[in-house]
Amino acid sequence: MKKNILEKVMSGVFLAAACVSILAVAMICLFLFANGIPAIGKIGFLKFLTGDVWRPSNDIYGILPFILGSLYVTAGAIILGVPIGIMTAVFMARFCPKKLHRILKPAIDLLAGIPSVVYGFFGLVMIVPITGSSIIAASIILAIMILPSVISVSESALRAVPESYYEGALALGATHERSVFTVMLPAASSGVFAGVVLGIGRAIGETMAVMMVAGNNTGMPKSIFKGVRTLTSNIAIEMGYATDLHREALIATGVVLFVFILIINFASSMLKRRSNQK
Amino acid sequence: MNPMKKESLKDKLSHYKNSPGSLVLLISVLLCAALTVLTLVFIVIYILVRGIPNLSLSLFSPTYNSENVSMLPAIINTFIMTLISLLIAVPLGIFSAIYLVEYAKRGNKLVGIIRMTTETLSGIPSIVYGLFGFLFFLTTLKLGYSILSGALTLAIMILPLVMRTTEEALKSVPDSYREGSFGLGAGKLRTVFRIVLPPAIPGILSGVILATGRICGETAALIFTAGTGTKIALNIMSSGRTLAVHMYNLSSEGLHVEECYATAVILLVLVALINGLSGLLAKKLSKG
Repeated sequence: MKKNILEKVMSGVFLAAACVSILAVAMICLFLFANGIPAIGKIGFLKFLTGDVWRPSNDIYGILPFILGSLYVTAGAIILGVPIGIMTAVFMARFCPKKLHRILKPAIDLLAGIPSVVYGFFGLVMIVPITGSSIIAASIILAIMILPSVISVSESALRAVPESYYEGALALGATHERSVFTVMLPAASSGVFAGVVLGIGRAIGETMAVMMVAGNNTGMPKSIFKGVRTLTSNIAIEMGYATDLHREALIATGVVLFVFILIINFASSMLKRRSNQK
Repeated sequence: MNPMKKESLKDKLSHYKNSPGSLVLLISVLLCAALTVLTLVFIVIYILVRGIPNLSLSLFSPTYNSENVSMLPAIINTFIMTLISLLIAVPLGIFSAIYLVEYAKRGNKLVGIIRMTTETLSGIPSIVYGLFGFLFFLTTLKLGYSILSGALTLAIMILPLVMRTTEEALKSVPDSYREGSFGLGAGKLRTVFRIVLPPAIPGILSGVILATGRICGETAALIFTAGTGTKIALNIMSSGRTLAVHMYNLSSEGLHVEECYATAVILLVLVALINGLSGLLAKKLSKG
């Protein structure tokens, strides 16, 4: 009898623990939206999203430069990082001898584990002196930071393609490279794409590294060699001292970022489902 | 290995002569892989070369002041922060995973919702966690800039990681173990704790170690929750900077670039150790 009660209690405890993650997401949504949406209402939805001036001292809050800034640095990171990442994944899955793979895999994991401040600092002392604090500096650092996600997801997608595809292509007279690029890679495409989406999420959400190299000026981004501020760094820079509507506007910036992330998450889970169905 | 690959270099080269496209592909694959590795090697060596000469004993003195920006308090704070975050997140994560793998019935709608929310949690950027921690733990619960606020925020952040690795570890335990245990008359709870969890421990541990790595490297979520206090946080209600936050502050102040390199070395070594340990455990797991 006593045992039975314990069983029931513990299964309740397990269930409760499992619900914590639901609770956490609900709370995050609630607190962000409850604190951010009123500010968007006060500032005006369109004025907030499409205004190109951010001047908290005059209560002018337009975050278009930051939205564009986030999009530009992310796009730059994708353009630089994704081709290199996919090619490296191809190398690791189909070209690399086993012994080398045993060294490469932990190396990629290390790349994933390096803290973003270290990347930011490296960018500050190595890249910024060449390019200046700019979109391109942020893109280069982000490209390095998304490499491990792109590589590891793409590599496992490539490894999941049945060996018979490769053998079939070889038997038809294709070279090793041709079989890999025209048969294996297309077959793994939805997995590779999921890796890219993961990389986009990482890049758009990265704060510290971008903040340290991007210059952070509030104006509209003019060229890739000019400074820019992203949604993430806008929050991190001003949250410490902001009050009243200024603070709410920063939380609203977080809401916009959060919505971006939700869209990306949704896209990635759709892709995952599609690659599982295959 | 593969008998088809047994051809001499000369043969290979003549093949490539016939298909220049393949040669181009081969070269670009090799170049890209080399570029990835070289980037990593360059970052690591650069940080080590510039940082190791700056590692002086005075950087490990127990007090921080503006002349000697000692990192020892930050290292101790990182340790405290990791410990508290793990104490909160690990039991929660393991229990959730036990529910998902052992208790939930197939086709349970709740499981789908939990999966979706954990996926959402793992995609949320750390600055949003920081913002939430600031709004909830500081503004609403009035915990102030403290180790506790920081640890609670980080606990939510690492929860999906602990859950996912535990789930995978539990799933890899063969069903025959459970059946054997039930067959001998053990209850569900006893089966879970005495039979299913022990073989899953290396897998769970490797997830916990990965989570430790994330905590050690986290900055954005901590600046507005744990704050940037420079002392050793003897009380969990006092503010304390972790090593990554310490490094960020040094770098943004711009006065102590040498010490910043030194801090980066310690962070790199920490991450390498953590990764190595996790890899070792994962290997042990795959060997059974």
